[in-house]
Amino acid sequence: MNAGLRSIFRIAVTAGLLIVVGAALSSQTVQSPALSVLSREGRRAVPLALVGDQEFVALDDLATAFQLTVREESLGAVTVSYKGKTIVLTPDQALASVGGRLVSLPAPPSRNGRRWLVPVEFISRALSLVFDAKLDLRKPSHLLIVGDMRVPRVTVRYDALGAAGRLTLDITPRAPATVTQENEHLTIKVDADALDVPAAPLPSPPSSGLILGVRNVDATTMAVDLGPRFAGFRAANQPVDTTMRLVIDLVAAQTDAPATAPAPPAAPQAAPPPELPPSFGQPASPFRTIAIDPGHGGDDEGVKTPDGAKEKDLTLAIARRFKGAIEARLGLRVLLTRDDDRSVPVDERTSVANNNKADLFVSLHVNGSMRPSAQGAAVYVAAFDRDAAQAAASHGERVPTFGGGSREIELVPWDLAQTRHLDQSSAFADMLEATLRGHVPLAAKPVERAPLRVLESANMPAILIELGYLTNPEQAKMIVSDAFQNAVVQALFDAVVKFRDTWPAGGTH
Amino acid sequence: MARRAAIAGTITAILFFAVLVFLAKRGLPANAGSTTAKAATSTPSTAPAPPGRKIKARLFYVADDGGRLTSVERDVAYGEDVEAQAREIIAAQIAEVAEPLVSAIPRGTTLRAVFITKSGDAYVDVSREARSAHPGGTVNELLTVYTIVNALTANLPAVTAVQLLVDGKEVDTLAGHVDLRRPLAKNLTWVQ
Repeated sequence: MNAGLRSIFRIAVTAGLLIVVGAALSSQTVQSPALSVLSREGRRAVPLALVGDQEFVALDDLATAFQLTVREESLGAVTVSYKGKTIVLTPDQALASVGGRLVSLPAPPSRNGRRWLVPVEFISRALSLVFDAKLDLRKPSHLLIVGDMRVPRVTVRYDALGAAGRLTLDITPRAPATVTQENEHLTIKVDADALDVPAAPLPSPPSSGLILGVRNVDATTMAVDLGPRFAGFRAANQPVDTTMRLVIDLVAAQTDAPATAPAPPAAPQAAPPPELPPSFGQPASPFRTIAIDPGHGGDDEGVKTPDGAKEKDLTLAIARRFKGAIEARLGLRVLLTRDDDRSVPVDERTSVANNNKADLFVSLHVNGSMRPSAQGAAVYVAAFDRDAAQAAASHGERVPTFGGGSREIELVPWDLAQTRHLDQSSAFADMLEATLRGHVPLAAKPVERAPLRVLESANMPAILIELGYLTNPEQAKMIVSDAFQNAVVQALFDAVVKFRDTWPAGGTH
Repeated sequence: MARRAAIAGTITAILFFAVLVFLAKRGLPANAGSTTAKAATSTPSTAPAPPGRKIKARLFYVADDGGRLTSVERDVAYGEDVEAQAREIIAAQIAEVAEPLVSAIPRGTTLRAVFITKSGDAYVDVSREARSAHPGGTVNELLTVYTIVNALTANLPAVTAVQLLVDGKEVDTLAGHVDLRRPLAKNLTWVQ
């Protein structure tokens, strides 16, 4: 093979390899969480692409964010310039030349279409050497901090301490935090510019009923959503090396003791005295939490009218009225599965009710039919076929017990949880039909059974009410009116009172 | 010369093999009573009915009150086996209709496939319009679902339950209400 042929062969092989690598790159590139760039000017997102295990960032995006100039040289090299300083990248080498100094990269730069991608470590290993301000790349949290900002890392954990519980927040480097209680949540304010904290600070909220979860509120504020058993708290900052440890001790209410048990002797309280929920009527009813599910939300608008009324808005408006009435007049705890215009997956709706041990689940909807004549409210109870009911009944499992032996525990699949509550659901549906009658137009058959997805996983009495038909112009006009919504809320309220009054003293859960 | 003879021999062998394959295929029995789930597209039917051969089938449409279905007896093309017949029934059921009939099937929905398991569960795969063009509402959704479920279970004794698939995939619901994660049995409470 002469020299000319050899060079043609080499070019062909190189071109072939590039095509293969390019094809592999384009087929394996997947979107990764964006890199959040924090600076005094605010927060912006720079997209990341995942190739294999390596996260890449587009040079174009870095150029926009950091006023860089990117130029492709005729010999295949790529130069990145910032205020007269230059970084040179070579396509097939996991190296960058920064002002003549070589730094290693975890992978070579790659071309994806017309864009050059560089490993995200390019920022900390190369760009930070030429950039004016400090660049602090925190890969695990997809955070890039520009300049001198106080952005401590925050980790959250929960420990059960008998009936009580403890939340511990480690804030590194040290930054003091304050805790205040506002209605149904504790607000944690950290003295910093921003927080480096996961999107779900406490991935698995405890089932103790003291807290429901921990969430981020804004750049320096977190909130702890309080559960039905929460009664009080005590918080303290403890410096540990470079970390500030915020310890929040949570005190449980004394109301969970069985109704027949003798009252426990008064124990000295280490924490502020718990503010027990107000008691309404004697004896105190174990029925205390209602989950209200405003149907649809976000992109899922439900039924719509030609003049713009949407099912998702109506269900939310009525849910808020219903919540207000129950809280103000019955003192029961009310959970909304959504309190704004957002899409909520069906299982998340029942999770809210199940995880909070709600005693009743009410899903609010507005109906639609292909025929405009359809009219009237109807209450739906879940229906299961015989196979599903048998499957739910046969899920027992033996587990070993402490000290030897075993015992059978009852297991019910998530999507069949409602099978155990159908009688009570039907009882509530009948009560609701009675309280609606005479105040709200009812369908020809006001109580129906149907395989409705949102009811099947509810582990408590559960109904879905269709308030009327938005596809019927007269009904639509009525449903959007205050008078109708007030009548519906009154009927729902009256049915809840009836249902609560028939609740067994010891509860059913 | 020998090379030419070899080529001729090869061609003859290929032709012989092709004829064998053709005859074997022609000789296979129709898909009656297939023991395994088998997908087939709806149009064109794999076993076209002789022209004019029809069966009577009960099809379902939205009743005047808008809250239930009503059934109508219609002529439907004959299918050679249960799956072919199921396809013909669903194709007739989801076809657009003129007033005074009103269909509970969202406009533009087409049938992609029907297959039936040995245990009598039918899987009806419809196009994405069944979801994307669905107007919403629990009753609308119940009537859409039970139109399909009842069209098969009421007309084909071999079909005991029906699961709807959309665009070849299992779906939770069509419009957020009715659970479609498992086959649904015949339910005539939604029929007047």
